[in-house]
Formats: sequence, structure tokens, C-alpha cells
Amino acid sequence: MSTYGRGLRGLSLATIATISLALALVFFYAPLDADQGFIQKIFYIHVPLAIVSLCGFIFGGVLAVGHLRTDDRRWDMRSYVAIHMALIFGVGALITGSIWAKASWGHWWVWNEPTLVSFLIVVLLFATYQPLRFAIEDPMLQARYASVFAVVAGAFVPLNFIAVRLAQQYVHPRVLTLTGGNLPGSMRLTFLISLLGITLLYVTLWKYEMAAKNARMQVRRLRRTLLGDDAAPAYGRSAAPS
Amino acid sequence: MSLVLAAPALPLHSAGKYVAGAYIVFVALILIYVAIMARRLNRTERDLAELRREVEATQAHEDPDRDLTGAAR
Repeated sequence: MSTYGRGLRGLSLATIATISLALALVFFYAPLDADQGFIQKIFYIHVPLAIVSLCGFIFGGVLAVGHLRTDDRRWDMRSYVAIHMALIFGVGALITGSIWAKASWGHWWVWNEPTLVSFLIVVLLFATYQPLRFAIEDPMLQARYASVFAVVAGAFVPLNFIAVRLAQQYVHPRVLTLTGGNLPGSMRLTFLISLLGITLLYVTLWKYEMAAKNARMQVRRLRRTLLGDDAAPAYGRSAAPS
Repeated sequence: MSLVLAAPALPLHSAGKYVAGAYIVFVALILIYVAIMARRLNRTERDLAELRREVEATQAHEDPDRDLTGAAR
């Protein structure tokens, strides 16, 4: 079994258990919000998705530093998968946030809200990562340019977050702060379990994706070794590391 | 059943469809991802089977007297 497949079963079970517990807490334990009522239940899925997505982008940047330092293509693969997964979580955060905005504010999207727009900018920035890779045919150059992009864009994420936090004019609620925020105990516990569940889901899916890509690369390598270089079928240009 | 009915947050009012929608989006994203992963796994399995056939064919071509049934095992 590959390094990425090791411990995957236990991790998957832990993820399922944590997410099940989180859902049970959301619908059976956490009280209804005095201001927003039932709509606030979206908070337990929307905010963890957004946080894990942003952390995933930073994680992708950190892994890309590994590639730039060592020139080892495995780091590029790790960075690629981290950003790929974070983008999926980011889209999830955008959709759930949009549904919450419609229910709470009466609009699917509010353009003068810094938190929403800044998150959209981050997601759109990382959405260009795949076309950037696809545009570069040489695998070595592709990996290097993609790593530089991942580092710069990854550094942009916390800067963007701090800038938005410093902004004075916003309607987006601020319930999480460094001093603990204003969530009551039961809501905070539910939120933290949800955050743990979504984080575990991210790590599990990252490992699954890495194991799958690793297996595919090994099949290709085996084909080259056993049948010669000419036997490997031409896969054409790809955004994914090859 | 009584536990479900006792849930303080069942979507029995107008907000329910939005909350249900948000959680359905989350589940749908995971299901779509799992479906894509299953397709990729099938492709890898197909590639492996094809590779095995090609290796066997190459070996048979190089040494026709070789017992391939034993080699394939």
C-alpha cells in the first residue's frame, strides 16, 4: 500500500463518525439562534467549509515551497491536490453562503459586503490555477510556475483575510474572534465539532486523491519499465502533474 | 422516531428549505466527488488489466514455449 493509502480506512471512519456527530449536534443539541432562528443552522456547514478552504489554499502554498526547495515533483502533486480540494470546498462555501444570504438578507449575493467579495476573489484567483497549469506543456516548467503561483496566491489568503477584518463597514456577522467570539457554549461546541469534521473530510479526500494519483502514476511507470517508453500511451496535455 | 420528532430544529417552517438546500449542496458535492473517484478507479483497474495482457503477450512472443498460465498466477 502506498504512503497515502496508509491509515485511510481509520481516517475515513473517523471522518464519518465526526460528521455524523456534528449533524446530530446541529439538529438535536444546538439551540435556535435568537436573531436568525432556524436559518442559522447553515452556519455550521458554511463557516467550516470556508475556513477549511482558505487553510487548504495556504496548505497548497506551503507544499509548493517544498517543491521549489527540493525540485521533487511529488511536492507539486501534493500542492496540486491540496489546491484542487480547497477549491471544491470553496465552491461549497460560496453556494451555502449564497443560500444563507438569500434566506437572511433576501439576496443571493451582496456586492458591497467585503467578506463575501474577498472570498469570491480568493476562489476566482485559485480557479485560474488549473488553466495556468494547462497552458504550460513542459511538465517541469508547469510544476515550477504552478508552485510559484501557489506560494504567492497562498500568501495572499491571510493578507486578504486580515484586510477584510480591519474593514469597518460590513453587514456580515462576526461571531468568531481571537477572544472566543460571542457564541454560547453549546453553539461553540457544535461549531468546533463541525469544523473538525470538515477538516477530517478535507484530509481524507486529499489522501484518497493522492493515493489514486499515485496508483495511476505507478501503472504508467510500470508500463514504461516492462514494455518500454514507446508503449506508454500519449495522454496529451494535462493540468494535473504527470 | 420520537427522537426525530423531538428535534428542536426540524425544517417545519419557511427557513427549512434553505437549510435543507445548503446541506443537500454539501452532500451532493461529496457524492459527485466520490462518483468521479470511482470512475478514475475503474480506469486505473482497466489500465492495469490492459498492462497485464500486454506483458503476457510480449512474454509469449519472446518465449512461445513458456507456461503463461503459471506466469500469470
